Amino acid sequence: MVDLVIIDRAGSAHEFSAPGGGSLMEAVRAQGIYDIKALCGGSCSCATCHVYVEASGPLKPMSEDENDLLDGVSERREGSRLACQIVLAEGMAPLRVTIAPEE
Amino acid sequence: MPEAGLLIVGGGQAGATAAITLRQLGFTGGITILEATGAPPYERPPLSKDYMQGQRGFESFLIRPAAFWAQQQITLLTNARVAGLDAAARTVILQDGRVLSFTTLLWTAGGTPRRLTCPGAALDGVFTLHDREDADALIARLAFPRRVAVVGGGYIGLEMAAVLSKQGHHVTVLEAQERVLARVAGEALSRFMEAEHRAHGVDVRLGAQLAEITGAAGKVTGVCLANGERLVADLVVTGIGIVPQVAPLLAAGAMGGNGVDVDEFGATSLPGIYAAGDCARHRNRYAGNAWIRLESVQNATDQAIAAAHAIAGQPKPYTALPWFWSNQYDLRLQSAGLSLGHDMALVRGDMASRSFSILYLRENRLLALDCVNNARDYVGGKALIAVGTPLDLARAADPAVALKSLAAA
Ligand SMILES: Cc1cc2nc3c(=O)[nH]c(=O)nc-3n(C[C@H](O)[C@H](O)[C@H](O)COP(=O)(O)OP(=O)(O)OC[C@H]3O[C@@H](n4cnc5c(N)ncnc54)[C@H](O)[C@@H]3O)c2cc1C
Ligand code: FES
Repeated sequence: MVDLVIIDRAGSAHEFSAPGGGSLMEAVRAQGIYDIKALCGGSCSCATCHVYVEASGPLKPMSEDENDLLDGVSERREGSRLACQIVLAEGMAPLRVTIAPEE
Repeated sequence: MPEAGLLIVGGGQAGATAAITLRQLGFTGGITILEATGAPPYERPPLSKDYMQGQRGFESFLIRPAAFWAQQQITLLTNARVAGLDAAARTVILQDGRVLSFTTLLWTAGGTPRRLTCPGAALDGVFTLHDREDADALIARLAFPRRVAVVGGGYIGLEMAAVLSKQGHHVTVLEAQERVLARVAGEALSRFMEAEHRAHGVDVRLGAQLAEITGAAGKVTGVCLANGERLVADLVVTGIGIVPQVAPLLAAGAMGGNGVDVDEFGATSLPGIYAAGDCARHRNRYAGNAWIRLESVQNATDQAIAAAHAIAGQPKPYTALPWFWSNQYDLRLQSAGLSLGHDMALVRGDMASRSFSILYLRENRLLALDCVNNARDYVGGKALIAVGTPLDLARAADPAVALKSLAAA
């Protein structure tokens, strides 16, 4: 399991653990946090799953495609990621994730 | 009779999005979704992609977990197919005879797949791919290698060809036009995709008119083309478009034809009756204000959001830039804008590198672009379409110049 703290757009924090294997986007959706649209269902094509991630350990670097798509969001910042591109792995360090504002 | 309130006809992408948006906007009135099938709202795109490959469970592409609807005080009635509408009495009648009244109606019934009408179309082994049942029925027949004839070289047909050939099935694509994706993409992309599919072992037949599906003992054994050619096939999968589901609305007097006509707030010509998604014909600013229907997640979502705002009394017109994606093999296709009416197509980058984009221009302004494995151009191009300034063609065609930088120039 991976420990997650998700801050939704209203500012509420959701603390839970999600199993390894799926993406962060899927974990957020399954938890019933509905701010995340994820319109392309995780195929790195829409950028509607934009989040800000603070990881307490190293994350796999983002792909060029993810980086390029993030260039198109209006509020890219330090820690900007596409939640569908972060694969949760067992033993991963906890993540603190803030859902980015709506485009 | 159940409470009057908002009735949403069709619990797909648009219907679900509208219901969610209304609650987000603080709409406290009753919301009932009437859905013809037995399934809670889900996304269709994975059906011809990762779901077909067995890489994803159905639950992972529900638009919301099943418990969500009740939590949000949204009544979801499944197996509830609307058969008729009385706009004056403000009632709908379901196929099973139930009558429900409404104050406001939102029609988001999408389309049904166009069916083949040729001889043999009813044989066992003929499939379409529109909903989960279609996908499951087809998957059940794919346990060992098959010869599959895919009818239609549009996005769904080509995605099916990619998935099935990757699984080791022998796939033939029958396209009646002289190129694949003829309705949605420019010639350059059509030729590129045709070559990609051939390189993956798919037999792409252009100008191929299906005349008959042949069978034995009630099961498909092959197809016969209009030119007399015969091909062996165990399965036939059709991807030949959809027919918008609007008959009850039109019968009740709503304007429309190929779909129901809506304004930029999703309103039909009948008071208090809205529509959105695949079934809604609208004037699109990215099509030079022509009346069009779009079949995409983007359109279903954004149009539903506009309709929800109008229903909540907070009108906000539908002006979003159209976008679309498709995955085939290791190719990620992303499109933005509408190429309708373009007078020039420019290829940016080397197609042989399998990362490039095609720009569609009119009077040197960018109308649309198709990007293959090129998210950078997709993002830059979207900005450029929105700005609408005339482009320096030499720079626009030069992949070393970022599209984004042209927006400022
Ligand atoms: C296999 C497949 C792959 C796709 N891939 C992509 C893609 O990659 N990218 C993309 O952008 N788009 C894609 N699309 C298109 C996209 O899924 C549709 O544009 C979108 O679902 C349209 O939303 P909608 O709400 O208008 O219609 P739908 O999602 O089709 O929902 C309509 C709902 O209404 C119900 N209904 C119909 N008639 C009635 C009635 N009389 N009474 C009650 N309920 C009724 C139906 O059962 C259905 O659940 C794909 C579609 C398919 C089928
Ligand atoms: S869900 Fe579309 S990019 Fe993540």
